[in-house]
Amino acid sequence: MRVYAVVAAGGFRRYATYRIETAAGVFTNTVFGFILAYTYVALWDERPRLGGYDMPEALTFVWLGQALLMTCVMMGGGFEDELIERIRTGDIAVDLYRPVDLQMWWLAQDLGRAGFHLLGRGIVPMVLGALAFDLALPGSPGPWLAFLVSVALGVVVSFAIRYLVALSAFWLMDGAGAAQIAFLSGLFFSGMLLPLTLFPGLLGEVARVLPWSAMLQVPADVFLGKHTGWGLVRVYVFQASWAAVLLLVGRMVQSVATRRVVVQGG
Amino acid sequence: MAEAVEAPVTEASGTVFAPGPGFVEGFRAYGLIVGMWLRSTMAYPASFLMTAVGNFAATAFDFVTIMLMFAHVDALGGYTLAEIALLYGASGTAFGLADLLMGSMDRLGRRVRDGTLDTLLVRPVPVLAQVAADRFALRRLGRITQGLLVLGYGLVVADIEWTVAKAVLLPLMLLSGAVIFGAVFVAGGAFQFIAQDASQVQNSFTYGGNTLLQYPPTIFAKDLVRGVTFVVPLAFVNWLPALYILGRDLPLGLPDGVAFLPPVVAAVCATGAGLAWRAGLRAYRSTGS
Repeated sequence: MRVYAVVAAGGFRRYATYRIETAAGVFTNTVFGFILAYTYVALWDERPRLGGYDMPEALTFVWLGQALLMTCVMMGGGFEDELIERIRTGDIAVDLYRPVDLQMWWLAQDLGRAGFHLLGRGIVPMVLGALAFDLALPGSPGPWLAFLVSVALGVVVSFAIRYLVALSAFWLMDGAGAAQIAFLSGLFFSGMLLPLTLFPGLLGEVARVLPWSAMLQVPADVFLGKHTGWGLVRVYVFQASWAAVLLLVGRMVQSVATRRVVVQGG
Repeated sequence: MAEAVEAPVTEASGTVFAPGPGFVEGFRAYGLIVGMWLRSTMAYPASFLMTAVGNFAATAFDFVTIMLMFAHVDALGGYTLAEIALLYGASGTAFGLADLLMGSMDRLGRRVRDGTLDTLLVRPVPVLAQVAADRFALRRLGRITQGLLVLGYGLVVADIEWTVAKAVLLPLMLLSGAVIFGAVFVAGGAFQFIAQDASQVQNSFTYGGNTLLQYPPTIFAKDLVRGVTFVVPLAFVNWLPALYILGRDLPLGLPDGVAFLPPVVAAVCATGAGLAWRAGLRAYRSTGS
């Protein structure tokens, strides 16, 4: 266990060294936050209470999306690029000899990274958004804590999906295609483009039960106090189930894939 | 487009890194590097197909989002879906062209950081041509295709009273828009000479600008519209010419004649970006690695 804590701390520190990149990222998140917020204002001006949100809630949703974009890696591009590269070059053979579990090692690293991104890329856009717009921020610490738990579960789901994407490189060699499809699904089905409660009919029902909703839709609703009591437990179970299932599938795929590693050599 | 953007840079290479490679050589080099990346891309045809379709779909999701919005409303900021489709398609096509030709500029920061930029400097070929062609991604045709399709839809469905002037303005708008976005890419590249890890800032103006222009100016704060008209003149990519084509009043009370300025603004932007690039290249100090 201790080794994973060290790896997670390393993941945190690693991203903390890119200070200019973090500042540039905060700038980008803020710019996109403003653009999206204005489109939401236009939409909610026409249809107040659309999707069950009032205007401040809808705007909070926008800024939560920007704050969690990097934490839950809705657009892809985290450890998986590195893992794909290691699979492609055959370096993965060395990793498999190490006395640590491959999946847990990367998960620990990714949790450290997520922790940094939540602080480094999340807080400032949220504060700027709150200064420029009227947001629905929880007044008591309860929803904030509930939100953090939900975010942590969302990060694990996000990791599990990206781990599968990376493993696809064992078969495809070049992971770009799979990564792109994952990025698209993440963007669309997480609620990043539009809250999933606005998706009509069957599309909406399907979107809300897919794993990507665990990355933004669920944490945002927890933040906005839409899930309390048993409802909160229910969404936690929803997130945790997806995390468990996807991690398990990842392990299975990994064991099949590592039998192929000999073919590629190292 | 490339011509306008690269012209001042050739001069820069000539003064800073003599002997000055020709203007023609810049083009030739760009073509050769692009050819190399095309062959490399085709080494994994399945992956190329997936990424091209993905590139198409990624941008299509933007428009799907707008369509989902219109499932709940009839107009956004006073504009119909067809009118927004025209704005969206014009910006998407112009941005797609710039992204195809210059989209690799955001990798410059990484090259400065890891020292591989030095390799480009010793080659007798304009640096800008090398950086712009680096990892040329044909999959970006997906974005252009998507932009053109939505533009076509907007042009057919929106209520437009066509005149000769409007018909001439349409292709001018797309080409000028591509040059303006291309200039932003180059200026962003120049900025990365100084702030190496700041490619994200460039994305705010390119991808962010594209997203902004997909929606009508009426939904944004006046100051924001002023900013993208007079400071970073993205409004000339589509807002001003497209609103004229739609027969709408231009934002900020600008006269109709302004709608015909995009080629002039594009030329000014390209020159400015060229100068910025030249300054950036001069300021560059190798890491020595």
